[in-house]
Formats: sequence, structure tokens, C-alpha cells
Amino acid sequence: MSAPRRRWRFGLRGVALFYLAALLIVPVGAIFVRAFEHGLGQPIDAITSPDGLHALWLTVVCVGIAVPLNTAFGVLTALVLVRQEFRGKALLNAAIDLPFAISPVVIGLALFLVYAPRDSWVGGWLMGNGVQVIFSVPGMVLATIFVSLPFVVREVMPVLQEIGTDQEEAAKTLGASPWQTFWRVTLPAIRWGLTYGVVLATARALGEFGAVSVVSGRISGSGATQTLPLYVQKQFESFNVAGAYAAAILLALLAVAVLFSMNLLRRRSVREGEEGAGDGIPPAPAVFVPQPIQEA
Amino acid sequence: MAISVKNVTKRFGAFVALDDVSIDVPDGGLTALLGPSGSGKSTLLRVIAGLEQPDSGQVLISGEDSTDTRVQDRNVGFVFQHYAAFKHMTVYDNIAFGLKIRGEGTGTTRERVRKLIDLVHLQGFERRFPNQLSGGQRQRMALARALAVEPRVLLLDEPFGALDAKVREELRTWLRRLHDDVHVTTIFVTHDQEEAMDVAEQIVVMNHGRIEQSGGPRELYENPASEFVMGFVGPAHRLGDAWVRPHDVEVRHEPNGQTIEAMVDRIVHLGFEVRVELTLSDGEQFSVQLTRDEVDQLELAEGQIVFVRPRAVRVFQMG
Repeated sequence: MSAPRRRWRFGLRGVALFYLAALLIVPVGAIFVRAFEHGLGQPIDAITSPDGLHALWLTVVCVGIAVPLNTAFGVLTALVLVRQEFRGKALLNAAIDLPFAISPVVIGLALFLVYAPRDSWVGGWLMGNGVQVIFSVPGMVLATIFVSLPFVVREVMPVLQEIGTDQEEAAKTLGASPWQTFWRVTLPAIRWGLTYGVVLATARALGEFGAVSVVSGRISGSGATQTLPLYVQKQFESFNVAGAYAAAILLALLAVAVLFSMNLLRRRSVREGEEGAGDGIPPAPAVFVPQPIQEA
Repeated sequence: MAISVKNVTKRFGAFVALDDVSIDVPDGGLTALLGPSGSGKSTLLRVIAGLEQPDSGQVLISGEDSTDTRVQDRNVGFVFQHYAAFKHMTVYDNIAFGLKIRGEGTGTTRERVRKLIDLVHLQGFERRFPNQLSGGQRQRMALARALAVEPRVLLLDEPFGALDAKVREELRTWLRRLHDDVHVTTIFVTHDQEEAMDVAEQIVVMNHGRIEQSGGPRELYENPASEFVMGFVGPAHRLGDAWVRPHDVEVRHEPNGQTIEAMVDRIVHLGFEVRVELTLSDGEQFSVQLTRDEVDQLELAEGQIVFVRPRAVRVFQMG
């Protein structure tokens, strides 16, 4: 390779690395540094305090309800949108993207309008039956569902389009019922798109701040309504910077663990010689698995 | 009759895919549905399989009315043009799929899959995934998968359409031999008249959602019932109101009153056969088929003026 071409290649690589470093790696790295600069005591206390543990628990509850629900309904919705023709399909298709388009704060306010006992009869009726939605966990779960809804639908739809109906029809001619066809043929065929959708939805649900913040009322202490992101903000506002950073790191690690586990699953299936695993789906975000940079 | 289709009509919106179609397929026979794209042949096959529901009419399989029977209960084997292989399953699991669905024991399943793998010559490929196979191998796997459940009828939708010419020809011969061994009533869809004539005992020619003619390959070739069949089954040219096959033409050097003057544009050697492309005196393009010996005897050359006379022509009533 000639010297000018090599210089070009190194130049391009330098620009890309600088961009990544300045905008992603430095800020995230700074969190780690700041969290632990005065030792481990303060950050560990922040996470293991009753408030910290409660926030972690609430996050797990919100994600644990929102993601499975959005997975099941996401696959169902994708199937309906891809395989069926009906009036209003384009409208439904567009509505799926609402959570992307609307600011989370507005989503929070919208939920407030529907479920707050003072503002609507739905909220009033629910309250009358002993279910408090706003300023309580149900509202936070609803907000989490809302913001993480599109991911599974959007990741599964193109895969369904790509695989077509041939395999499903073949299964039927071989005697499979619709239920058997779904579990044995359709689901395995869309599994990577589905996994990707679930991972993105989980990451989004873990980190949601705005919508949850509005409906939670941000109550701390006993009967707290703080998820981890709210807890981070609270610690930050109370000048417990190390605690805020520690909780932030915990949050980041959860997200990384989710992404990493998907990569592991994917690699294993590729190693088993199942090359078809990648058919028609976007490549997994492999950011957390260092890849050797190829030298020419 | 293994399969009877009675007065089946199927519309997709305003498009009439099948227009009052009736066919009978004899037990154990090998029948081709032949026609251009959009002629309704694939739709007819899918109606027989139960993958499409007809708007009116009946489908009888082994004498029983199956029109309202669900696909999964019809016990038909279906082979798709693009294989429809289960990509996430090995060759073994693909072939075993129907048996597992039926709750066959592992022993029976293993035995049966082994036999089918032998039958379709995929020994040693059991643990491969479909994307590690060639197109021809995938289609043989799909065929084994369809045969595994011992279907009452085997339906093939353009089974060789996605393969290259050489593999297509091999598989064609192989399918005919397989049919001699397995003897399952088989219907296959094709737009290739040569393929239909090579493989099938009975050919049903379709056009615009209707059946133009059905019969043996020779019958269709020698006694076409319509201009469409004449033009679609085997080569044919139009000469005024009449139709003539390219090998039914005499070429000579002198006129004799019944001949038409023509100029030789091109001589194409296709092995034993030679195709001579002509332009008639009225400007019409025309080609005749001669043997190599005939061309040598006539000492034909490009640019030469010759005189042609059809030996056998066929005239069809309009409409």
C-alpha cells in the first residue's frame, strides 16, 4: 500500500475514534472515575441503602412487566400488520411509532389525564375500586410500557415480511395446526429480530426517566415511587454525587448485561453452524464485544 | 379418480384467477398443469391443497368432498418453488417435521426419515442446515419432507423453477423415476411445455383461468384444440389464417405454384437439428426446422432466396 493511502486510512480511523471518544467514552468513563474517587464506601452505601435497593426493585418490576407484555403484544401486532389486510391498517402502523415521536414528559401527562382520579372518571373508578394508578407503581408500569412499546413490533415486522408465508404454509400442509405452526416455524424464524427488539425495549424501559417521573410523583422514603433513573436524579439533586454516579453505573451495567447476553446467545447459535441465524435481521449491536480491527 | 375439481371459481378482487374449472386426475398418475403466468395454474394447485379457498365449486380427494377440510387435515404433500425449507432446522428435522407433528415415535420417525434420505440421495447431509445445501438438494429435501407423511396426493408448484437449466433437467428425470417407485398421485405446475411433455402422463393446458385442453403429450401436440394450445405446446408459426409446425415445412430451390418465396436470414446449428430463419415475401418472420443432412443437400446459405411450402397446416375457428 502506498504511503498516502495509508495516511488516509489512519486519518479516517483517527477521526472516527476521536468522535467516539469525545462524545461517548469520555463522559461514561468520567462517571466511573467520579463515583469511586473518594473510595468505595459512599457509592456502595448509595446502592445498598433502603432507598437504593427499593429503586432497583421498582425498576425490575417495571421492566419485568412492561417487556414481557410488549413482547407478546408486539409479536401479535407485527403478525396482524404484516399478514392481514384491513381498513385502518396504515393508521395503526403509524400509531405504533407514537412513543418515538412524543416526548416522554408528554406521555406522562397524557397518562395523568386518563388515570388521575381528579381528572378523569377512569381514574376515579379505579380509585374507587382501590387501584391507585397515578403517584403509584401501576402508573409507572404503564408509562414504561408506553415508551418501550414500538421496539418489538418494529424489529419483528421486517423479518416477517422477509420470511414470507411459504414456511408456514409448508408446515400446515404437513399437518401442523396454527398454534404448532407459530411455535415451531414462525417463532424460530423471527427469533433474532425478536431478541433484538426485546433487548432494545429492555434498554429503553430500564433507562426511562421522563414519563415515569411525571406519573410517579417522585415520592421518596417509605412508599417510594423512585426507579433507578429517578433515584440517580434525586441523589444528584441532594449533592450526593458519588451516590448518583454509583446508581448510574448500576443502571449502565444492567443495560450492558442485557446486550451482552444477546451477543452470547447469538454467537453460540452461529458457532453451532446455524448460519441462517442472521437471515434478514439487522446485525446485533456488538459494541461490547471487542472486535479485532482488520489490518490490510 | 384421486382428485376431482368441479366447477371451481376463484377471484382475487376483480381478477378472476379460476373461471369454472373442472379437472379429473387419475389415481397414481403424473399430471402437469401447464400455462403462462397468470393462467391460474398455481391457484388451482393451491385450491387443491387447501391453501386457497374457492369462491364456488368443489374439490374431491379420493372421492370425498374436501372443499371445507382444513389444509392440515387434507394430507397432501406440497412442494414450493422456493423450497420453503425450515431454515432453523437440519435436513433431518425438516424431513421429520410432519411425523413429529403427528406424534410418531422416535423409532418409527428415525427409520422413515432414513429411508427418505436414501430415496432423495441426501445421505450424509442429515445434520446440515438448508443454507448449506444447493438449490437442487434443498428441493429434494423438500420433496422428502412432503413424502414423509405419506400424502394422498403430491402437489408441486413450479418445483424446478428456481434451479438452473442443467439441475432442472436432472431433477425432472429423477422425479419421473421417483414417481415410478412411489406411485403417489402427483400434480405439478409448470410454465415450461418441454418440462410438462417430458415428465407428465397427462397435461392440462390453462389460460386466463380456464382449461384450454387436457390430454396426453402426444395428443396435445398433434391435435391441439385451440390456437393457444397450438402456440403454447411445441413451436408453431402463423401463416395467414393457418398454423404450421416448423418441422412440417418443405424447403426447395424452385417455386411450384404452392410455394411462398422467402429469404434465408440465418442458419442456426443445434446439433442434429438446424433452425433456418426466414423472411417471407410479405415481410413476415418465420423459422423452419430441418435436419443437418437436409441443409447439406439443399446447400443452404444465408442471404439465399428459397421457396417454402407447409406440409401440414391447422386452421382454428375464431374464438
